[in-house]
Amino acid sequence: MDTCIQKIREIAGDLLEKGEVERVIGFAEGSIPMATSPVAISTKEDAQKLCFSSTCGLNLANYASKEKGKKIAVVAKGCDSRNLVTHIVENQIDRDNLYIIGVPCPGMVDKFKIAAEMGGEITGFEEAGDTLIVSTVDDKKELNKQDYLRHNCSLCTHKNPVLFDVLVGEEVEEQQLDNAYPDVDAIEALTADGRWKHFEELTQNCIRCYACRNACPLCYCPTCFVDESGPQWVGKGQDKTDVDTFHFLRAFHCAGRCTDCGACVEACPMGINVRDFTRKLNKDAQDMFGWEAGLTIDKRPPLDAYSPDDPNDFIK
Amino acid sequence: MKFITIDKKDWAKGIDKSRGTYQLFGPVTDINGCQIKALDADVQPEMEYTDSVLSAKSVLFPQSEKILVTSLNEADDDHHIMKRADGDYTPRAVIGIRPYDARAIQLVKMNFDTEDYRDPYWCDAYEATTFVGLAINKPGPLDFSTSTGTGPFSEDGLDILLADMDDKFLAKVLTPKGEAYAAACGFNTEADAKESQVLFDVMRKDAEKTISSSVETDKLKDKTILDLYEAPFWDDVAFSCINCGTCTYVCPTCWCFDIQDENKLKASSRFRNWDTCMSPLFTRHATGHNPRGEKTMRVRQRFMHKLKYFLDKYDSGIMCVGCGRCVKSCPVNIDIRQVCETMNNYEKKE
Repeated sequence: MDTCIQKIREIAGDLLEKGEVERVIGFAEGSIPMATSPVAISTKEDAQKLCFSSTCGLNLANYASKEKGKKIAVVAKGCDSRNLVTHIVENQIDRDNLYIIGVPCPGMVDKFKIAAEMGGEITGFEEAGDTLIVSTVDDKKELNKQDYLRHNCSLCTHKNPVLFDVLVGEEVEEQQLDNAYPDVDAIEALTADGRWKHFEELTQNCIRCYACRNACPLCYCPTCFVDESGPQWVGKGQDKTDVDTFHFLRAFHCAGRCTDCGACVEACPMGINVRDFTRKLNKDAQDMFGWEAGLTIDKRPPLDAYSPDDPNDFIK
Repeated sequence: MKFITIDKKDWAKGIDKSRGTYQLFGPVTDINGCQIKALDADVQPEMEYTDSVLSAKSVLFPQSEKILVTSLNEADDDHHIMKRADGDYTPRAVIGIRPYDARAIQLVKMNFDTEDYRDPYWCDAYEATTFVGLAINKPGPLDFSTSTGTGPFSEDGLDILLADMDDKFLAKVLTPKGEAYAAACGFNTEADAKESQVLFDVMRKDAEKTISSSVETDKLKDKTILDLYEAPFWDDVAFSCINCGTCTYVCPTCWCFDIQDENKLKASSRFRNWDTCMSPLFTRHATGHNPRGEKTMRVRQRFMHKLKYFLDKYDSGIMCVGCGRCVKSCPVNIDIRQVCETMNNYEKKE
């Protein structure tokens, strides 16, 4: 990991010094354990602020698309690179203005799971290969990182960036999964009432802060449907129907585009696994169209392209 | 003011006894962590909790509250005339509220209960509420409450302050409201006031000593608003912000709300919902113009309000009680302690 950070800093510094990009978007160390913060660097000296660890759980493609017209470089994990691809395909980023510093991803850790394991507030967090050394005021534990990976990372089959200008480390081995959607299968196996109950409980503590939406690189609409006021589509309060309408529609807007990067869950202050919504649609995109989002800039996503091979009957 | 001791074996029974006359709120944990909520009849407040994700502000200021109602049926004499919605303002008690959250309610009170205006919903709820605080013996690493005018044993805004003494609670009864609540629970074993105060002082000092986090605010008052407003650091502070409402919703002192009307058939209700200055909608005019159209403006507003406008207006310190919730929950780790330091140390270059 250290050599990877070193390379990120060198490459970023180089790009800025040569004036090849105006800004480099990456992660900086946070102010508390297990926190990192997206940062934009514009001088070679500041490139020393860049870091990378298993706590860089947000998706930087979300920041890249907001730098329109500028030449930028972005530090990209596998999933970030897939969202950069999606942005290019959806004309949100010009490939010529984008330099991708690819990071073969070791997987990100689940902060809620670690906090639950430790009981108290985390006061220290270090990584040594696959070992996480986590402290609280009264306790210190060595945890096996593989047991504390985020759920999306434990099922990830695209750890290596799919599109990049430079890689800062050796490619990592991609895992082969017999079943990529065991969680969706489990929900599908429930009765209709059981599924309804599952989703009702899932969102029962949602505070509508919209962190899930705002952390998502796919959510770039100038005005989100929940923020429309003329006409207003959704109630703004805590009525369950309105809360659920937001979640359902947000998920559908991501159909065939979501890379399961997990930024939504990472950002949620309440620890709600909103991926339970998007994962089902990812599975449908896979089953119906053989589609995984963000793997190539040469194909249109299934829901914005006409194909005579469309599996739906109405087309035939 | 008196002290009473409550054997933990008698605690649950006493709490249950008070349910006859009080509606109870307190910390409960579910799959999304610990929150301060209305307690169902069979649920006890969790007195071992470290902190709640959201503060106790919702006890008086629910995220969504129906405030006015009217009929849209023109056959009714009083159609389209808004009337106050029914609210339950019978006695309620919030058990185990943290001292910094009680202090926060006092800060919020400065806004909802002024000489010129009295927010009836908030004030009626406030008057109906007894605040039974739980002192923090072991403050967490993000607690910086001692530098914001409160602290782990602060009594400000509380009717009773409980200190956890392993097998018992030592309770300092601070107000007549507190006395009434203790009586409703049947807690009446009086303890020696002098000795108990000494114990409290020792525990307070021990707790305060373990607080390692702090903010300095001493120079904020003498800065001009425009110097801070025009300072060059706001773009950097705001870069990582995703403009979600997390910081404002978890904050015990954020009081802003939005008004919404909802109609169902011939009945109309007016609600107020928590609003957040992080959202572009917060300031968007009907014309479409938005005076805070850029992210940086919104981030600046949050910190200027908390750390400068409030301080200037009320002369009661900053509008932050040092609970650390926003630091912990911010998805991108924007840390109010760092922003406060940047503002406090900022000197305009001529």
